[in-house]
Amino acid sequence: MAKQKNILPGFNLSLGFTIFYLSLIVLIPLSAAFIKTTELSMPEFWEVITAPRVVASYKLTFGASLVGALINAVFGLLTAWVLVRYKFPGKKLIDAIVDLPFALPTAVAGIALTAVYSANGWIGAWLEPLGIKVAFTPIGVIVALTFIGLPFVVRTVQPVLEDLEAETEEAAASLGANRWQTFVKIIFPAIGPALLTGFALAFARAIGEYGSVIFIAGNMPMVSEITPLIIITKLEQYDYAGATAVAVVMLVISFVLLFAINGLQWWSNRQRTAAN
Amino acid sequence: MSIEIRNIKKNFGQFSALNDVSLDVPSGELVALLGPSGCGKTTLLRIIAGLETPDSGNILFHGNDATERQVQEREVGFVFQHYALFRHMTVFENVAFGLRVRPKHTRPSDAEIKRRVHELLELVQLDWLADRYPPQLSGGQRQRIALARALAVEPKVLLLDEPFGALDAKVRKELRRWLRRLHDELHITSIFVTHDQEEALEVADRVVVINRGKIEQIGTPQEVYDHPVSPFVYQFLGNVNQFDSHIHQGSAQVAGVDLKLDAHEDTQNTPALAFVRPHDIEIYNTQKTDRIGFEAIVRYVNAVGPLVKVELERNDHTELIEAELTQERFRELKLTPAQHVHVYPRNVRVFAA
Repeated sequence: MAKQKNILPGFNLSLGFTIFYLSLIVLIPLSAAFIKTTELSMPEFWEVITAPRVVASYKLTFGASLVGALINAVFGLLTAWVLVRYKFPGKKLIDAIVDLPFALPTAVAGIALTAVYSANGWIGAWLEPLGIKVAFTPIGVIVALTFIGLPFVVRTVQPVLEDLEAETEEAAASLGANRWQTFVKIIFPAIGPALLTGFALAFARAIGEYGSVIFIAGNMPMVSEITPLIIITKLEQYDYAGATAVAVVMLVISFVLLFAINGLQWWSNRQRTAAN
Repeated sequence: MSIEIRNIKKNFGQFSALNDVSLDVPSGELVALLGPSGCGKTTLLRIIAGLETPDSGNILFHGNDATERQVQEREVGFVFQHYALFRHMTVFENVAFGLRVRPKHTRPSDAEIKRRVHELLELVQLDWLADRYPPQLSGGQRQRIALARALAVEPKVLLLDEPFGALDAKVRKELRRWLRRLHDELHITSIFVTHDQEEALEVADRVVVINRGKIEQIGTPQEVYDHPVSPFVYQFLGNVNQFDSHIHQGSAQVAGVDLKLDAHEDTQNTPALAFVRPHDIEIYNTQKTDRIGFEAIVRYVNAVGPLVKVELERNDHTELIEAELTQERFRELKLTPAQHVHVYPRNVRVFAA
């Protein structure tokens, strides 16, 4: 087979560098986690990762992350829609505010949220009489994870929504479709993949979130203790092997979830451009 | 269904897109809205469709006021310049869309939808593309699908916004003949917008020339081409030579030549514009004593195609004149650049400025 000539020079060099860089930054540290875990025997490993307190933390971390990402998918889409479709005074400001959770140190976010949602905070004081406790409960965790995940959905959906041809919506309307049908059948399929990406990013970010959660969560074992906190706790007790064991579990679950979401995306892309 | 447009006005901010436009389109006619870009023709079409609301004025469908009707209720088929097909749906689903979104009690059965869609795809001669996606089609195919999609809902009116504007010249020609034939078969009242005068003159039953938000002239292609009512229409339809001129007591000075006019007897020394089509410029090697003309020098000859294009410069070096003659006549004259010739314009139209 003749050697394919590539117009862009330096393919070998750049590919080599990319792999080296990824290895250095991502793969080697991750594999270190696995190697460190081997200090534990299999039964020990199993005991650590299935301890009731740890299992409860998985449920909280992944459950709250999922709920937070879902909330973000809905309201992030709404925010992106408002920012793209309407003109109103202060639009630029709101657009900038969306990025705030990106820029804010997570600890600041955590303290702020706790202050607002605790029993004597602005919002917490209103919810308290209704019997709803946010701070120091799993709901607080969800609030924090929703807060930090918002920009991901807005920022991935926004450009796609901007690119959407107004003409296709007009075409749908001229064919008799009402607003709801136009949204469900025309707009949603177009922004679906971007929404899924935003959801995946928000979800992934939420799983790894630490700083903003630990203030508002209250960190009660079995109730509002997230897995990253368990890892930190173990590290503070010099239980490095135990910490990495839990870390490996998180790593694997995160990987499987991201892989599944990517697969879903690949599938939906194929649906759109099928039969090529 | 007939369409009546009554005193439509539309402003975008300070810009007046349509200024008191009225137009009647009888049932079954194919009408072209012709004008330069930004003249308001697309705005008018979108107002008829209900995609835009007029500031004042009324749209009547079959004598009934439809101004307040939503686009969904107007029963119009709209074809967009850039097709606006649904990219994530197959060609079949695109065409079926209008039937599928109907409320349950008026929605045809799946079998009926299938039959109707295939019937339409056959009509546009693209039945074999039913399972493809729009990005896999050529521009001409996409536009035909867009047309089939618009026809699927059995609209009373078909509106086409620069339907061939995004296509290359050859496909454009094919498609506009095809549209004409389709219209002759279906007899659906149709309005299409174009800035291409050739397209309008070839396809339409009637041409509506629009300029700066106002209708300049309405007429059959023959009428507007042969008898333009204004300098704008003259210039916009076909090539034309324009001369600055003067009208004085029933005669006009055009290119150094005095022309007797049928009107303007009482006009005193008024500036005017005179127009002659390139094919109305006659060229001779010798002077004709019985006719009024002027001398000129041949500057440039382009003999490609059935008509030979000649650029002439008047002896007093004031303006360049474009002429068209047949290959036969061209060979008789043996024209070459720098040659001196005698030029006799005929069918000169003069408009007082």
